Amino acid sequence: MKKKTFKTVNTQFPSVDGKGIMMGRPAYTDDFAPVDALTIKVLRSPHPFARIASIDTSAAEAMEGVEIVLTHKDFKRNPFTRAGQGYPEPSPHDKFVLDEYVRYVGDEVAAVAAVDEETALSALDAIDVEYEVYEPVLDFESAKGHDSIIHPEKEVYEMFPIGFDPERNVAASYHMEIGDVEQTLAQSDVVVEETFYTQAQAHTMLEPHTVNAHIDYQDRLVLFSATQTPFHVRRILSQTLEVPISRIRVIKPRVGGGFGGKQAIHGEMLAAAVTLRTGRPSKLTYTRQEVFESSYTRHPMRLNIRIGSTKDGRLTALDLQGLSDTGAYGEHALTVYMVTGSKVLPLYNKVDAVRFAGDVVYTNHVSSGAFRGYGAVQGNFALESAIDKVADKLGMDPMALRQKNMILEGETSPIFEVMGEGTEGTAMDMESCKLDYCVKRGMELIGYEEKYPRREVSEHKIRSIGGAIAMQGSGIPYIDMGAATLKLNDDGFFNLTVGATDIGQGSDTILAQIAAEQLEVPLEKMVVYSSDTDLTPFDVGAYASSTTYVSGNAVLKAAQQMRSRLVEEAARSMQTSPEAIIYEDGRFEAEDGSPGIDLGELATKLYYNEDQKQLTTTGSYYGTKSPPPFMVGFVEIEIDRETGELDILDYVSVVDCGTTINPALARGQIEGGIVQGIGMALTEDEHYSKKGKLISKDFLNYKIPDNYTVKKLTTEFADSYEDSGPYGAKSVAEIGIDTPPAALANAVENALGVRIRSLPITPEKIVAALKESRTDT
Amino acid sequence: MKIELTVNARRRSVEVSPDDYLVDTLKKLGYKSVRRGCDTTSCGVCTVLVDGDPIPSCAFLSVRADQRAVTTVEGIPETASALAEEFGQTGADQCGFCNPGIALTVHAMQEKESDTDDETIRRHLVGHLCRCTGYQSQHEAIKAYLGDEK
Repeated sequence: MKKKTFKTVNTQFPSVDGKGIMMGRPAYTDDFAPVDALTIKVLRSPHPFARIASIDTSAAEAMEGVEIVLTHKDFKRNPFTRAGQGYPEPSPHDKFVLDEYVRYVGDEVAAVAAVDEETALSALDAIDVEYEVYEPVLDFESAKGHDSIIHPEKEVYEMFPIGFDPERNVAASYHMEIGDVEQTLAQSDVVVEETFYTQAQAHTMLEPHTVNAHIDYQDRLVLFSATQTPFHVRRILSQTLEVPISRIRVIKPRVGGGFGGKQAIHGEMLAAAVTLRTGRPSKLTYTRQEVFESSYTRHPMRLNIRIGSTKDGRLTALDLQGLSDTGAYGEHALTVYMVTGSKVLPLYNKVDAVRFAGDVVYTNHVSSGAFRGYGAVQGNFALESAIDKVADKLGMDPMALRQKNMILEGETSPIFEVMGEGTEGTAMDMESCKLDYCVKRGMELIGYEEKYPRREVSEHKIRSIGGAIAMQGSGIPYIDMGAATLKLNDDGFFNLTVGATDIGQGSDTILAQIAAEQLEVPLEKMVVYSSDTDLTPFDVGAYASSTTYVSGNAVLKAAQQMRSRLVEEAARSMQTSPEAIIYEDGRFEAEDGSPGIDLGELATKLYYNEDQKQLTTTGSYYGTKSPPPFMVGFVEIEIDRETGELDILDYVSVVDCGTTINPALARGQIEGGIVQGIGMALTEDEHYSKKGKLISKDFLNYKIPDNYTVKKLTTEFADSYEDSGPYGAKSVAEIGIDTPPAALANAVENALGVRIRSLPITPEKIVAALKESRTDT
Repeated sequence: MKIELTVNARRRSVEVSPDDYLVDTLKKLGYKSVRRGCDTTSCGVCTVLVDGDPIPSCAFLSVRADQRAVTTVEGIPETASALAEEFGQTGADQCGFCNPGIALTVHAMQEKESDTDDETIRRHLVGHLCRCTGYQSQHEAIKAYLGDEK
């Protein structure tokens, strides 16, 4: 472990953009829309499944102020995926910019670009569409082999084998087994078998999906987009609209939250198409209803789990088989489902056999896609709920069962080698894993010994504890690449340009901290600019918990190279050898005590006086492993046994993410993830009408946590150092969301003796379960 | 129709339709900090002060602002700057999309409340949804800001 005292990393600094944003300075995509931009509005399907038999746009086109109307007739049948992944994509190419089929209520039918919003909306009303309506598939458990085939079109395809079988409504399919699960279970003293359901969750980032487009003075298409993946957007636009990639520039300004929702392509295709065809600037901002109805959600799943154990609590086998609902389009269908196994099951790495399998099916629901946790939160709910059932059956404390079986530092799991994201995985040992410390410290912080499992506090009210452990990853090995460039300026300040995509998580700030640490300069000497496909180096973007680890390592490499270049230049200026130079805190000194030079002075000389040159260095990095962060989550609840209402008194998180580059921003990632997970666990749910229309399409009908939801959050970090990470760091972005569903379900069972197996855990479900348990006894 | 209002202490005269909302009128006037988050007065992003009271400008007809004083975050730079410092200390400065609205509500609360205890802060801020922070770091930052101001 290369632990040392840091100067800039592992230190709290305000975000580089925090003050400007608070003061209202232009920052987000819509703030940069050209004043004369055409407003784009989209006509959306009222039917969950239909074919456009005829569409008449003549009245709309004739309206004053309407510049263009686009329908499926205006586009070549060139299928793509909105997923926003690397190339080749592991998601089926099953989406057309506009299509003759509509596959969910809210799917795109036509687009209008007009001089203002009012005109565009009137033009939508003037479009005459006749639909041939089909029977929709609204129950994902009967989707496979359903008479209605959601993707009957001949052009759809998979880029490599993902189990794509559209004729049976299967977007992807996966199976793996290590050891013999059936035999191991048959020989186990205790077997627990449970079925769990997780729901569609909406990202509800506060800034809706927003894009604007214009043609610049070099006749190039320029997009400002609220995206997590500007380089993927450029590539996918180019491939789909058949525009040379060199003619496209994508700029990501500040982004008002993403959480995976902005990994995908949303309005970019239509805005680009309008601007390319009209030559005029355009903008498209989703309404909140469109964000709910026409972007994508977390994949709902059914998860069947079986766990075997010896009678003294050694786990023997894990069997997780499920079904995932990808909705109308297969965005992230395979990869989210694989993470449901690959970033969950290695938690109990000492089993003799493990199996993971399942199908991802199409339905006529809103699409599913990437969302923080990315399958791991669903899998964690099933596994960590079932582990408490195993403990119960064994008469063992559930945390003692976890401590006996969970993965420890220096260990590995065969799953790492077998399962990657869409492909085979990468074997790795856990070189940093302080999960044992996390559990012990979490138990102290929540007061486990005194409070577990429950205490009655009044006639109706019970307080109880529930816990769960979790892991995630740090980027996708051999696939995710990030790059960074450093440029030295006169007086010794730097520009750090990175492809990495700050969407509000603070990556600009922590990447600048890493560079400042290596170059031993104050943070204000590091001016950071990110995510502009013309001006910054490449990065896959903000997803898969990759920025700190992958992009951070790229920054560190660029800074290491810059440091050696500076030492060389200082040696030249000081007429000595680089080996004789000692560099510290912005000053070069010679070992022999001859006069030194300040970085600022050297930099100015390099611009104006001596052997003039521009110093720039570029570092790029791809991981050869994906070291998981680990954590424990404990919740203390107070629950009313009559009404089933519960209050969250405290949520304790103890996290091993390696070194926290910026402890306050790391805390922000964890606490934000915890509260999103609590929303998923307790209140958030997409409701459809019987006819397949989304009902929960505003904040009145879709309840996310507010500032009363959680009384207290207690967040700590383990002292941990990942040698392969920049200054010992691993990822921290996603893991926070993983534990709340299982921890809360476990707390509810500890309080009332009923197990809620489907999310969200509502008072209604609790009361119904209590009634049922009373009838049973 | 024409309305006369002051925005951040500057007199403005502007042509509006009867069904225009204040959020759009302010955007047209160039106040970029006023942004839409939801359209159902649920999220707090579009908050501005009208005669000192926080209102959701996505549901406030522009004609109602006639002869009144509107404040956007551009009009309270001292509050916004000092509050941003505190947000930076607790890690509450994430995506920031909700922050201009929060600064305005905190500014208004400070004018109205002599005792800003935990419950008072929660009650004033409950209309501001945030999907990034989990709220506790914001709450701590607002408390620290109010403590510093006293």
